[in-house]
Amino acid sequence: MKFRKLMMAMTAAVMMLGMGSVQAADLRVGVEGAYPPFSWKESDGTLKGFDIEIAEAICAEMKRKCVLIEQDWDGMIPALKARKFDTIIASMSITEERKKQVNFSDKYYNTPAKFVARKGAGLEISKEGLKGKRIGLQRGTTHQCFMEKMYPDAELVLYGTQDEVFQDLAIGRIDAQFSDSIAADDGFLKTDAGKDFEFTGADQHDEACHGPGAGMTVRKSDDELRMELNKALKAIRANGVYQKINAKYFEFDIFGG
Amino acid sequence: MGDSIVQFLETWSPIDIVLIAQNFDRFLWGALTTLELTLISLVVGGILSIPLAIIRAGNNPFLNAPVWLFTYVFRGTPLLVQTYLIYYGLGQFEWIRETFLWGPILSQAWYCALIAFSLNTAAYTTELLRGSIVNTNRGEVEAAKACGFSSPMRMRRIVLPSAFRRALPAYSNEVIFMLHGSVVASTITIQDLLGVGRWLNGRYYLAYEGFITAAVLYFIIVLAVSRGFRFWEKHWLQHLYPREALEVKPAKGAASFRI
Repeated sequence: MKFRKLMMAMTAAVMMLGMGSVQAADLRVGVEGAYPPFSWKESDGTLKGFDIEIAEAICAEMKRKCVLIEQDWDGMIPALKARKFDTIIASMSITEERKKQVNFSDKYYNTPAKFVARKGAGLEISKEGLKGKRIGLQRGTTHQCFMEKMYPDAELVLYGTQDEVFQDLAIGRIDAQFSDSIAADDGFLKTDAGKDFEFTGADQHDEACHGPGAGMTVRKSDDELRMELNKALKAIRANGVYQKINAKYFEFDIFGG
Repeated sequence: MGDSIVQFLETWSPIDIVLIAQNFDRFLWGALTTLELTLISLVVGGILSIPLAIIRAGNNPFLNAPVWLFTYVFRGTPLLVQTYLIYYGLGQFEWIRETFLWGPILSQAWYCALIAFSLNTAAYTTELLRGSIVNTNRGEVEAAKACGFSSPMRMRRIVLPSAFRRALPAYSNEVIFMLHGSVVASTITIQDLLGVGRWLNGRYYLAYEGFITAAVLYFIIVLAVSRGFRFWEKHWLQHLYPREALEVKPAKGAASFRI
């Protein structure tokens, strides 16, 4: 009798395991929604942007349903660790500092960082030139690391979202802003608010701060998911889905060398 | 010795105490900014609230209605919204950016926070004081009338001093709410105590370390504030406490009695 009960329990357990592998669970993806053109929110609340479409493409490739979960930028990593979602697809750069807390897939794009200032402001990008200048940037980004390391004499003004940085740059509360060049170009310079502004100085890059590019973020314990994400990323690069999305937003390949 | 302590903490502490210690001066500067903002807005709001409370306690409808509207609006909307309206909202209008107020005041996050906080606490304190003024003991007012005090003198000498004292316990809550409310400053780029916690999280991706340190420092400040108020209440509200019976030493042979 006892033996039969045990057998039934074991059969049930095996069946449940089997079902699990047939019907894959939803993939919960943390996204931001305030970082055009990579992610933004339409007035009706739907999320749009390069990151969002990449997320959908990755999910489709993995044959799992995407559940997009919005999260403020500076709470991204804590929320991932707290299992509010399984991966972050939100233009998060792969850096050593972050790797102490989480793991990354391969990069899915890499674009340089640049300063933006008012046209004709004559801002010189050097230790002396930036001394005491108010430089706006988004808190918790690789750009915070870069500025604190390379230009410690500049006065950093930290914002919660990139949108707020552009807003305060437009009305003159800060002398310049420092961010990803694509985000600055599409999110600000090409808009009406940014018509009096321009890129200042060359591309800025520091390997330790900026890392090899933006990756999909997973918990350290989720190595299997990391491999699956890498496989899906390779697949959408190979079958042209990535390039199609890329072309929708940018005139050149942002995957980088 | 020092090295071994550091090593011990690095190995065994669940949170990165060494990192907190390295950045502790930032936290103290943040705490100073928080205290500065809270104190100055309490003073400005407090001064504003006295005439407003007198108006609210009186019955002149032309003065009463606008003050009522002011307190209603500022108590009826969240402090975060008020701060955003002043910081992001006002900056949107070009003509405001062209006034003399823009450069020195409205373009500065610190002043925007101060204006929002001062108006907010003024609204709450006005209503609090109004209640206290209205509830002044009739007998005291009548006695002052009988002694020939004029109406302004009655307000200054009798009603307000007593109203301030009786408002004290409720006002201590307002002070603590304002201190907690001052975290809103960190959303408009000010590096207050919470702002430093967020900076640490942004730089090292360690949420606990930054926020726990901020929480502990807030806790210490609130402890000091509530202790201070308890002392003042004891001092200024002594006359309202039930009187303790005084034991009068009986003269020899007489029965003891109490007064």
